Amino acid sequence: MCLGVPAKVKKIEGEWGWLDVNQLLLKINLSLVPGVKIGDYVIIHAGFAIQKLSAEEGESTLELFKQILEIDEK
Amino acid sequence: MNEPEKEKIKALIFCVKSLCHRLPEPVNLMEVCGTHTVAIYRSGIKQILCHKTRLISGPGCPVCVTPNELVDKAIWYALQSHTIVATFGDMFKVPGSYSSLAEAKTKGGKVQLTYSPLEALELAKRNPEERVVFLGVGFETTAPLVASAILKAKEHNLSNFMVLCGHKTIPQALEKIANNPFLNLQGLILPGHVSCIIGKNPYEFLAQDCNLRGVISGFEPGDILESICLLYKQIVEGRCEIEVQYRRAVSPEGNQEALAVLERVFTSSDSEWRGLGIIANSGLSIREEFSNWDADLVYPAQIGKPIQHKGCICGAVITGLKEPEECSLFGDTCNPEHPVGPCMVSSEGTCGTHFLYQAREIENESPVHP
Repeated sequence: MCLGVPAKVKKIEGEWGWLDVNQLLLKINLSLVPGVKIGDYVIIHAGFAIQKLSAEEGESTLELFKQILEIDEK
Repeated sequence: MNEPEKEKIKALIFCVKSLCHRLPEPVNLMEVCGTHTVAIYRSGIKQILCHKTRLISGPGCPVCVTPNELVDKAIWYALQSHTIVATFGDMFKVPGSYSSLAEAKTKGGKVQLTYSPLEALELAKRNPEERVVFLGVGFETTAPLVASAILKAKEHNLSNFMVLCGHKTIPQALEKIANNPFLNLQGLILPGHVSCIIGKNPYEFLAQDCNLRGVISGFEPGDILESICLLYKQIVEGRCEIEVQYRRAVSPEGNQEALAVLERVFTSSDSEWRGLGIIANSGLSIREEFSNWDADLVYPAQIGKPIQHKGCICGAVITGLKEPEECSLFGDTCNPEHPVGPCMVSSEGTCGTHFLYQAREIENESPVHP
């Protein structure tokens, strides 16, 4: 039930945004993510954007892998 | 899946296997959230884990932990004149003491499925002669949205919209789970979207006071594998902390705007959870200021004492004490077409997930006849 879907903000009108969800344009309420801009990614749940998505990721997995390898080599 | 993603998954599977061998003893990990349960089964992660790891499904399915009483009330509303019950689709087929909203609809009850609480608000605006009772079920992910709808109803002076409030909060239930000696948990995979709202901080007590580590996880297979790695790593290194794997969406302090809206409209109260009983301060009630939109106060449902279904062990399944297959009704009397308990109804319920993915496993294993 707590399903959230990532989506890209394409257009903003007041507290409403038009968001691209797998190439479907949905009208979503943006009032809970103030400061969100066109081009930002958000998570949507039940008609609302509930959080902005940051780009931070990726490196951490690689880092974790390196750490495990180091332990294995010891 | 593109090449870099494949490489990432391969690396994570290597990490999981490598760390699993280093575990000092077998471990019990709980995935709290129903969406994680589905992702774990769908992606085949369960098969990757070594015999030293038991994954237990937790109470993070709002439909499953909602007691019969709330469903009974919703059914009562649906059968009253000039009243429409608006609900998320997840609750439609959930059996209460005697029937479900789906059955109420076949008897002429007015039930409208909505994707968002704002749709229920629009329904009330379009039908001024009808009462619209929105079935407010869900954790911190959903509660701020329902709070927003109540604020808008107040703003527009919409008197025919009201909320039957059954919202619950996750950390208090986890405290009860953490202190259950029969579960003997070594780690929690914590819910990603609840944590988008509440952040990391409300879980810190689990590590500090209950000696139970946790990792807030995203929902992609790679996210879950990485979260399991982080839990293993903590166990191997003897650490007990709350970590965030789902960093792209979860901050330590959560979504302050959503929390402010939630706090404005709701106040914490004791709440009954199926399987866990009444847990102090684990529910959300509508504040007095917004009592005009509280269905329990404006138009109290007249229902009898709720009854439990004979033989259904959903309560024990939700708390991780029993597996669905241990239930005498599982797959036979109780199946997704004819669910007896809520865990079989919800797409995220443990019983429903076991039923669906076990059937697939059997299908894949069966010999192919020429």
